Amino acid sequence: MNKIVSIEEAVSKIKENDVLLVGGFLGVGSPHHCIDELIKQKTTGLTLVCNDSGFPEIGVGKLVMTKQFSKVIASHIGTNKETGRQMMEKETIVELVPQGTLVEQIRAGGYGLGGVLTKTGLGTKVEEGKQTVVVDGETYLLEKPIRGNVALIYANKVDKFGNMQFHGAARNFNTLMASAADLVIVEADEIVEVGDLDPDFIHCPGIFVDYIVNGGAIRG
Amino acid sequence: MDKEIIQQFIAKRVAKELKDGDVVNLGIGLPTLVANYVNDGKVITFQSENGFVGLGPTPTEEQFDPFITNAGAKPVTILPGGAFFDSAMSFGIIRGGHVDLTVLGALQVDAKGNIANYMIPGKMVPGMGGAMDLISGAKKVVVAMEHTAKGSLKILNDCSLPLTAVNQVNLIVTEMGVIEVSEDGLILKEINPEFTVEEVQKFTEPKLIISEQLKMMEV
Repeated sequence: MNKIVSIEEAVSKIKENDVLLVGGFLGVGSPHHCIDELIKQKTTGLTLVCNDSGFPEIGVGKLVMTKQFSKVIASHIGTNKETGRQMMEKETIVELVPQGTLVEQIRAGGYGLGGVLTKTGLGTKVEEGKQTVVVDGETYLLEKPIRGNVALIYANKVDKFGNMQFHGAARNFNTLMASAADLVIVEADEIVEVGDLDPDFIHCPGIFVDYIVNGGAIRG
Repeated sequence: MDKEIIQQFIAKRVAKELKDGDVVNLGIGLPTLVANYVNDGKVITFQSENGFVGLGPTPTEEQFDPFITNAGAKPVTILPGGAFFDSAMSFGIIRGGHVDLTVLGALQVDAKGNIANYMIPGKMVPGMGGAMDLISGAKKVVVAMEHTAKGSLKILNDCSLPLTAVNQVNLIVTEMGVIEVSEDGLILKEINPEFTVEEVQKFTEPKLIISEQLKMMEV
């Protein structure tokens, strides 16, 4: 079993109209090389699930500029005015989701849960069209699971089995998205041999990973 | 007062709300300034919702690390004792009531403690980011903002913009005073000596309850 593939091959697994989970928080901890390759491959009609829509020249924001998404599900789009423009002009469907809800929906999708109950969004637009559930007298919103066809995630360091280590705030959505897609591609700055990483200090296990791409030494 | 001085004044007053040992999340913009004014030897742990506690000041050139950024993607540092984690834990900390206090800006706040701070339909729709979770989950919610927006009122009987959260705001700190949200309505607890009670009321839509122990606002 060899999980390491070329970036072209890995990204070619993303098909038109796929739901694509992309890790990173305003580009920090995003799979930047894979994003650039996806621009080259011009795959369109994608649904993006990401914390945010990045900046016009950083992270998933680049794919907003090239209009490769038909739908964006994110907690924040304020740093990329093009996302807002596409939403206003009805070119792209944008669903805004509270950040803590979005990450739990992804966790539910990956961890076999039928959804999560949260108080976040009660009494706001977020509640519209959703079921509420009363538990011991407390009302919660039912938020359904989210899964992707493909998760495109980043880790600072992986071994050849896909075991991941992160640095700084790079972890964000990556460790959750790793569990929540049919196909998982991890881009890493550094790839080491199996056994080189101390099992006590692996942040996300390699069993989730299908393909590993060498991202080289790009930082940030 | 010019804008910068107003913001510093508000931030200094908010800083006095922070207690030794508190876990605190500061929103971007004015609330971020609060960290500059924590004193009296208080130990405060600042949380950054992109995935760590122990948020420290802006790095020097030598300290700069592209993976250590705040929730606005600006370079920051992590202090000794800090810890990194993923977004599920970050929001578990927030929703689970492990954040003692959050400080946010607002477009509008109302007499019931409702807050609107994430969109102006048709004009500005940046998204709520982590604000809805923070306001719903933090033990205490402090709104730090200028009292009016270019003369138009921001403290209202009822918010007209889409709400970020219902009945969650505890305290409003502006350059004019400190207002507590209570079941009976808004209580003016402190006033900036540069203004009269009448002036504060003029720029506040709900009828203010004037605290019997009304104090001068000190920073």
